[in-house]
Amino acid sequence: MQVNEYKPLIVAFCCNWCSYAGADLAGNNRLAYPADVKIIRVPCSCRVNPMFILRAFQRGADGVIICGCHPGDCHYTSGNYFTRRRMAALFSMLDFLGIEKERTRVEWVSAAEGAKFAATMNDFVQTVTALGENKRLEDLRCKK
Amino acid sequence: MQKITREQLLAKASELLSNGTVSCVLGWGLGEFDYDVTPTIFKSVEELENGFVFNDFCGANFSKYLVNKTAKLEGKILVFLKPCDTYSFNQLLTEHRFDREKVYAVGIPCEGMADIAKVKAISGDGIAAIGSNGDKLTVTTLYDDEAIVIDTNEVLAERCINCKSKKHVAYDELMGEEGDVTQSNRFDEVARLEAMTPDERFAFWQNELSRCIRCNACRDACPACTCEKCVFDNPSSGVENKSPANSFEEKLFHIIRAYHVAGRCTDCGECSRVCPQNIPLHLLNRKFIKDMNEFYGEYQAGAEVGSRAPLVSYTTEDLEPGEVFNRGENNA
Amino acid sequence: MRKCSLEKINLLFAEIAKNAELYLPTQQTDGSAAYKKWEEGSVWSNALNTVRSPKDFFFPQTENLMKFKTEGKSIEVVDTRNALDDFVIFGVRACDVKSFDVLDRVFLTEPVDSFYALRRSHGVIISLACQRPSETCFCKTFGIDPAAPAGDISAWKTETEIFFEANTQKGKELLEKLSALTEECDDTVVSEQKEKINKFMDKLPLKNVTTDGFGGGKTKELFDLPEWDELSQACLGCGTCTFVCPTCQCYDIKDFNTGNSVIRFRCWDSCMYSDFTKMAHGNNRLSQKERFRQRFMHKLVYYPENNDGMFSCVGCGRCLAKCPISMNIVKVMKKIGGK
Repeated sequence: MQVNEYKPLIVAFCCNWCSYAGADLAGNNRLAYPADVKIIRVPCSCRVNPMFILRAFQRGADGVIICGCHPGDCHYTSGNYFTRRRMAALFSMLDFLGIEKERTRVEWVSAAEGAKFAATMNDFVQTVTALGENKRLEDLRCKK
Repeated sequence: MQKITREQLLAKASELLSNGTVSCVLGWGLGEFDYDVTPTIFKSVEELENGFVFNDFCGANFSKYLVNKTAKLEGKILVFLKPCDTYSFNQLLTEHRFDREKVYAVGIPCEGMADIAKVKAISGDGIAAIGSNGDKLTVTTLYDDEAIVIDTNEVLAERCINCKSKKHVAYDELMGEEGDVTQSNRFDEVARLEAMTPDERFAFWQNELSRCIRCNACRDACPACTCEKCVFDNPSSGVENKSPANSFEEKLFHIIRAYHVAGRCTDCGECSRVCPQNIPLHLLNRKFIKDMNEFYGEYQAGAEVGSRAPLVSYTTEDLEPGEVFNRGENNA
Repeated sequence: MRKCSLEKINLLFAEIAKNAELYLPTQQTDGSAAYKKWEEGSVWSNALNTVRSPKDFFFPQTENLMKFKTEGKSIEVVDTRNALDDFVIFGVRACDVKSFDVLDRVFLTEPVDSFYALRRSHGVIISLACQRPSETCFCKTFGIDPAAPAGDISAWKTETEIFFEANTQKGKELLEKLSALTEECDDTVVSEQKEKINKFMDKLPLKNVTTDGFGGGKTKELFDLPEWDELSQACLGCGTCTFVCPTCQCYDIKDFNTGNSVIRFRCWDSCMYSDFTKMAHGNNRLSQKERFRQRFMHKLVYYPENNDGMFSCVGCGRCLAKCPISMNIVKVMKKIGGK
């Protein structure tokens, strides 16, 4: 009998200008990262509303990662500085409610960092796999 | 026991109404029972004399009412503001939610308001009358012959035990003496939860939030929640829900609500006061306040008009989101 | 009439729980009471009543109606109803028992609400007389006697014992199953307690609240009264009163997209909300005054008009205790009653 190996579902919000291009570069350079990562392109990392993150968990994500330009390199000058503050507050709150802190992450990945993108995703998938399924922020109605 | 009396407030309100300074008064209206107080608009001295009340149960924060009540108002409205209400008053002004010119604000001292649930926990149900005498409440019930005497400090509302300030940050006129910002222990409970394991915290909040009936009282009473259309009332938002179908929706509502007022919440405590299920919602708001104080420097929403909240500003040296978890471990 | 010593109450609960799910008011961490499923170690709350009314048992806050699944071009409609076991609700107060009559008239008249009917047929109600009514109680206004609560079985509690009287066939059957733990007795003690309760009822501050001036046919008289402005001016528009109310029965039907199917469910709605009965043309009650008026006109005029004069308020006092700004049906009745 075949044993189904647990594969987490990861949602990655990637900024259009840096991280999405970084993901592209990772692909061009044939750097492997798990197919469980679903990338959602956003104009800027600060486009990510906290609601997006919770909704991703509701719809079955086991981990959510936000990737943006390095601080100081934002295409819109300051978007990622706001992201940094917002996500710091949100992640701390999720932790306060007892939700595993390893399920959320922010990484700065530039367009030139294809290797970093792949490494980050590999590491994040590994971390979330170790945690197992998202039980604390799940919506049972959305389970198949 | 309040240092300022109903008579003093009544005299002030009557005076301002009679001399034409204001056209109406936003005050506390007498209800069925001594603890039953409704925010009321008084339009004449006669109405005031019949219905105006001030006692240890006048907890309601009037600031939010100004948004609606000043919109079509002719003349000025007199509003009585306790120290904590003045912070909400300033915060709403910062957000341009009402016309300052239409308001005559009278700051009044507050010795802390009583929580009727705590009174009933001691006296039992069936309250006939509650009198106030010095720092004691005398509670007469329908079932006991003798009145029950309760120390006011024993029945203070949670938010008043941890009162953050006796200082008025906004007023046109001040009655009584001005107080100071107090050294409160309001973050102790947050710190206690932070010191727990994630499993314990999860169990704690699961128990608290599972009682939520989604009446939206916390949102509707909150002076920071003044959106014309709340995301949770908007059918096209995808999260609009009139009642929580499961524990996810309970968490979604309360996390997002706390987040939407983060940096703007003055910690007035109305959310916890009005919650019919006694969920300690103020802890979520205090968590944000405590975090932002620690991450980005001390900030008190509403302390001054026009200040910039932490989440709408930044420095290039801010800490990374991944670093927020390590603090507790370093502190411990 | 049968009685049981309070020392044996847990044995009695265990006996009931053998055959049916037993729910009783238990103490929550904040000190208030809520109906919880009985299990070994559950503690029966001393509180007069629960914050949430027992209408949840028959008309839950959210309930799935059906599920749609699409595959290719076909749509499958799935019935989401689960089989229901018999259940017993213990310690329901007289007002709340009466609230089931109010709900029955809505859900059990044609077209019968099969979800409600199913739950109703599986539930057994053991009511409990109120020894110490609260200042917020005004059930007498609606002709309810807290000393003689209805229900399948009525119960009276003293310091040491609890007395039972079966009122229906369902109740008789249940009481028979408990015969090993209960003993036959006369009604001396209960009569004494009834008398005592009635004495207390005369002391209640709201004993004089009357329904004079309300009832069917009063719409035109009451609808445009200027008092509504004053009464509704402090209303925040939250749904506390409607959600703690045992007789509020409005609901909304909504679809939830799960990502792989659509669940059609109903949930409580509140006439205090801005999107209550919102239709394609927009909303028919635009101000909080109109929404506020709707709630009280429904309870005191529209409902009696359609239900032989029966009011859809039972005087439980929950809205008096829980309204954030202390506005409630008593104040409305006192202000505009008798006009």
